Amino acid sequence: MATRKTTRKLSPSKKTGTARQSNVSSEELKTLYKDMLLIRRFEEKAGQLYGMGLIGGFCHLYIGQEAVVVGLEAAAEEGDKRITSYRDHGHMLACGMDPKGVMAELTGREGGYSKGKGGSMHMFSKDRHFYGGHGIVGAQVPIGAGLALADQYLENGRVTFAYFGDGAANQGQIYETFNMAALWELPVVFVIENNQYAMGTAQKRSTSTPELYTRGAAFGIPGEVVDGMDVLEVKAAGQRAVAHGRSKKGPYILEVKTYRYRGHSMSDPAKYRTREEVQKMREERDPIEQVREILLTGKHTTDDDLKAIDKEIKETINAAADFAKESPEPSLDELWTDIYAPA
Amino acid sequence: MATEILMPALSPTMEEGTLAKWLVKEGDTVASGDILAEIETDKATMEFEAVDEGVIGKILVTEGSEGVKVNSPIAILLDDGESLSDTNPASTSASPSAQDAEQTGSQPPQRQAQTVSPPPAAPQSNMSPDWPDGTPMKQQTVREALRDAMSEEMRRDHTVHLMGEEVAEYQGAYKVSQGLLDEFGQKRVMDTPITEHGFTGIAVGAAFGGLRPIVEFMTFNFAMQAIDQIINSAAKTLYMSGGQMGAPIVFRGPNGAAARVAAQHSQDYAAWYSHVPGLKVVMPYAAADAKGLLKTAIRDPNPVIFLENEILYGRSFDVPDLENFTIPFGKARMWREGSDVTIVSFGIGMQYALQAAETLAEDGINAEVIDLRTIRPMDTGAIIQSVKKTNRCVTVEEGWPQSSVGNFISSVIMQHAFDYLDAPVINCTGKDVPMPYASNLEKLALVTTNEVINAVRQVTYR
Ligand SMILES: Cc1ncc(C[n+]2csc(CCOP(=O)(O)OP(=O)(O)O)c2C)c(N)n1
Ligand SMILES: [Mg+2]
Repeated sequence: MATRKTTRKLSPSKKTGTARQSNVSSEELKTLYKDMLLIRRFEEKAGQLYGMGLIGGFCHLYIGQEAVVVGLEAAAEEGDKRITSYRDHGHMLACGMDPKGVMAELTGREGGYSKGKGGSMHMFSKDRHFYGGHGIVGAQVPIGAGLALADQYLENGRVTFAYFGDGAANQGQIYETFNMAALWELPVVFVIENNQYAMGTAQKRSTSTPELYTRGAAFGIPGEVVDGMDVLEVKAAGQRAVAHGRSKKGPYILEVKTYRYRGHSMSDPAKYRTREEVQKMREERDPIEQVREILLTGKHTTDDDLKAIDKEIKETINAAADFAKESPEPSLDELWTDIYAPA
Repeated sequence: MATEILMPALSPTMEEGTLAKWLVKEGDTVASGDILAEIETDKATMEFEAVDEGVIGKILVTEGSEGVKVNSPIAILLDDGESLSDTNPASTSASPSAQDAEQTGSQPPQRQAQTVSPPPAAPQSNMSPDWPDGTPMKQQTVREALRDAMSEEMRRDHTVHLMGEEVAEYQGAYKVSQGLLDEFGQKRVMDTPITEHGFTGIAVGAAFGGLRPIVEFMTFNFAMQAIDQIINSAAKTLYMSGGQMGAPIVFRGPNGAAARVAAQHSQDYAAWYSHVPGLKVVMPYAAADAKGLLKTAIRDPNPVIFLENEILYGRSFDVPDLENFTIPFGKARMWREGSDVTIVSFGIGMQYALQAAETLAEDGINAEVIDLRTIRPMDTGAIIQSVKKTNRCVTVEEGWPQSSVGNFISSVIMQHAFDYLDAPVINCTGKDVPMPYASNLEKLALVTTNEVINAVRQVTYR
């Protein structure tokens, strides 16, 4: 296999919002809005069910980060793969997994994607090419590169998105993976979801150089930093990254700057940041509100239209929650299944 | 419609908490995300946010209240324009929503709690021959047998590939992959950088993605850097995904003590990996077993730990000259029949077991010697059957004594053949020390033939 020796220039992206909007159709804007809102409402409902004791254990909500997965999924093609950490509900909904199956997994029921045996942090869908759902910080990154290795080996033209956090970005196995991904020119897009905190640790307290998109420089992997609160920016960057991988140029890094509104998990008292900091993000940078505004001011849609969307999503989420409550607990026999695949 | 705000569970273990402080009062309008109250759990004080929008109609639990049960109503939220008198107080105190929460909430539709016992240990064993009588045999080293197993399987299935340090151009640090690069090319025989954690994760991903990787660890000592990927990713994913995706992958390489390489390069991992559901663990002694079991491992849809031994690589044994020769997992091999004692071993432990049996035979003690070959699944049936005949058992392995494979075998025998035992089972193991470098100390640290002989004398009282 040829080894790559060139070091690519790092190209931080910055284009103006209005320039981009002109080539986005109303339909597409509406879809992006809908997909983000679905995640938001799903996560709010999950928080509620957690509070009611229906969901247990660790439950990491994605509220605030919706534009990241929705933008990148808009850049993906059917058959492309994705893998992420435990903060995975958004990724699953964005790649087309059924909210009912996801919610029922959160409640640990038979109707969940893993029959209730994986829970919030460990869910998978072979059909939707979603490879988890991983609870060990950073572990999903080499696995993602391995999925890309399989695609390269099988010559099927697919690209894999391997998502990880700003905290995970300090894990050693990620740099082992960067090296091999670049060496073997694997079709993988490394997506660093920089939400500025790893549990209670602000990025500046854990990270020697904050520019995470440059972390591939030593391996010759191009990277760019993206405004992760702007779904159109994310999509555009995703398209560049995917094109890179699809044209056999190897891995690509996107550092997507984002923000989580809720605690790290449901049991996080969040004393490491101020209420004002969160409030400011919500008010000024909310990814869903931004698209809503474009939709309305650009006359792409009407208020009534958006209300109808809201209503439809609410119904979907309520149906998912009902399903997740009504689906029975897994049969006790399930304890002993799926340990080994039949030889 | 008025809704009750319930005391939230704010951590995985919370059952009740203190309502420390209300941050809203009756009549306040709240939006989703507004903080309603501060709640103290045993671990922290947490802010509790509104999920729905509305007006606080009534506060039901005053601040400072301790021991407020999760899911009990703490306030009533009204829709805009609604007043408390619009709602029927009788129905709020026992509102359907609260009942729902009771029934479908903290107590989900539960299955009858009953004990489900694990599948029972295999009661019988199948000691049928591994190849038909009259099969032509050839002499081969374990090294050659392993290489042939890989090349035959790579010819058979184009998704099988080998990766690891020095496996390609160097032909293997211990020359096990000799000739594979020439035959299969660099796409299928890949040299990796010295990054066990990373390349193991990549191989697991490749297995999820449809390939059948064989990962060679230069030695299993270095696989400790990758053990998270082996256990957390490879072994558990089938279960965590409800059967949707697993990792058909083989992790192989030399395991255990070589000679004079000291503590960090001389560890036996048989007991470690055999602890893990989701893994299969193979540790062959003879060349035919190495070949037949490696071929089975490569075809198996599960992660297989295949523990080889550097000292055995150069030993020659008879190997059946058969096309498509495989040996099933979970089937022990009887090396010697006997009536006085059962010696159970695997891997290099077999050499001590067999030598001991030979010496003991000269003294008229007939030992039955069983080679487990696969440690997980384990042919416990073969052990039980034999112990029922001999009434005594000695186990032999190179690993450390505490939580050893022998310990597990002892417990299986106690459960299934207690009444047949005429003496306690003895586990011969490596000594409970890191491997020393000095030649004399190293000999002392390893399990020896003499120790096996003495153990047999002890259990046979002879
Ligand atoms: C190897 C490992 N160490 C520690 C943890 C505990 N842990 C879970 S999430 C987390 C913080 C990770 O933060 P980041 O990567 O920024 O992702 P985010 O939660 O912000 O999405 C930690 C320390 C873990 N799950 N795995
Ligand atoms: Mg983070």
